[in-house]
Amino acid sequence: MDRTQVSLCGITLDNPIIPASGTFGYGYEFAELYDINILGSFSFKGTTGEARFGNPTPRIAECQAGMINSVGLQNPGIDRVISEELPKARKCFNKSIMANIGGFSIEEYVSNCEKIDKEDQIGWIEVNISCPNVHGGGMALGTDPEMAAAIVKAVKAVTTKPVIIKLTPNVTDIVSIAKACEDAGADGISLINTLLGMRIDLKAKKPVVANKMGGYSGPGVFPVALRMVYQVYDAVQIPVVGMGGITTAEDVIEMMLAGATAVEVGAANLTDPFASKKIIEALPAAMDKYGINKLSDIIGGAH
Amino acid sequence: MKDTRLTIISNKKIALNTFEMKLRGDLSDVKGPGQFVNFALEGKYLRRPISICDVNGDELTVIYKAVGQGTEQMSEMQPGQGMDTLVALGNGYDTAKSGERPVLIGGGAGIPPMYFLARTLISEGKDVSVILGFNTKEEIFYVNEFEALGCRVTVATADGSVGVKGFVTDALKPGYTYFYTCGPEPMLRAVYARTETSGQFSFEERMGCGFGACMGCSCRTVTGYKRICKDGPVLEKEEILWTERR
Repeated sequence: MDRTQVSLCGITLDNPIIPASGTFGYGYEFAELYDINILGSFSFKGTTGEARFGNPTPRIAECQAGMINSVGLQNPGIDRVISEELPKARKCFNKSIMANIGGFSIEEYVSNCEKIDKEDQIGWIEVNISCPNVHGGGMALGTDPEMAAAIVKAVKAVTTKPVIIKLTPNVTDIVSIAKACEDAGADGISLINTLLGMRIDLKAKKPVVANKMGGYSGPGVFPVALRMVYQVYDAVQIPVVGMGGITTAEDVIEMMLAGATAVEVGAANLTDPFASKKIIEALPAAMDKYGINKLSDIIGGAH
Repeated sequence: MKDTRLTIISNKKIALNTFEMKLRGDLSDVKGPGQFVNFALEGKYLRRPISICDVNGDELTVIYKAVGQGTEQMSEMQPGQGMDTLVALGNGYDTAKSGERPVLIGGGAGIPPMYFLARTLISEGKDVSVILGFNTKEEIFYVNEFEALGCRVTVATADGSVGVKGFVTDALKPGYTYFYTCGPEPMLRAVYARTETSGQFSFEERMGCGFGACMGCSCRTVTGYKRICKDGPVLEKEEILWTERR
């Protein structure tokens, strides 16, 4: 296990594998399938101040090498997550959880982060300023460096746990936004959220998802995600959590060579509920194959 | 739910665009009628959720319509080929509520789960009527199979080419104690409006994962938000909110 250990913002992970927000619920669904304590951590379903139903259905469209979702941050709201979901997660997961927090205003981010910061199960707060599926919400906030910095400052003022800012790839210059977050006091950066995309149904001649557009994720986005992680790693001193299409242990190694301290596995969990488990189990052999003794040695190794 | 590999025993066309596939493998997680399986297809990113038509020991029967790239690909698969499959998903029908004379109402691709359900209800000693709705004669399948179980079967075709001319609701007669239904949403709405007892509806929705993780197939109900794949696909009549389902 020492070979796969990494340290993320001062917290040691047994391995760098973290199922990504929105693909792992609050953990307990997957605990019916396998012991999720083998994970490094998991990032729980994006949580907002109020309960949200999300967008109309259909919310899912298949793509050649991935999928589009327009779920729209369906979640029970921060208070019920704390009172109902976290106690359920505690029964099946004894490590630190990454809390993924959404919002529609600085005030909402602050209120949500202040509440979740008090929970002992939470190791990191991952602030999602990048959901592509909520109009006038996270997207606008996460595409402007000044606004991103303002959220970071406000959240840092009310929290004690490490704050990781999750960025959208749907911007011209992701490096400037990452730097703005670092300058404002962020403890880490995670990227990428989904790429805005769409599919059209040839029979109906209409968009497949009811919301017309949604977030594209899966193996098709991996090269884009890798490139952005590489660029952001060059520009900031704080740790980077890499995600976007990771499906195999080799993808994990590649993402870490680009600069990721840890990785999140997203869409892969949806096509194969055992994907994260399989990646963790495959890591030692993949490390041997590429002559890697310790994973922590290779972070940013491609630079 | 189990992630397992099933081997195709047979795969044949039984009606217009309609195929019956039998597979063999570990089906020990199937709880009862109304659940579904999720097939991984070569070259397709998302799995294909297909309702369970019947389970006998380690033999699974599914009936599917070849209506898109995935199901067309399935229709070309040969005996001996394997498919990675999640078995079994969803809540399924609750047969304890049926009363003595349940009616089963299936339309088109919604008919297959009615078979396992009818067989189960009959084994529980119930007097089962079945109404099967099709558009036209060429689409008809499984009438003999339902009759062989010992159900009273009524066929309705929209064009009147066989049986009652019209929809399943035109063939519905009073006297049933409870109903179970599966079919296209306009049919489900009509069944909801015409039936006078309680009953259970099985819904279809475009799914991401099929096991409750992605929130892709959520709907609103009287009892809160539900995931068609995990909390459904079967919903009770009393909990359905048609106008706000989407």
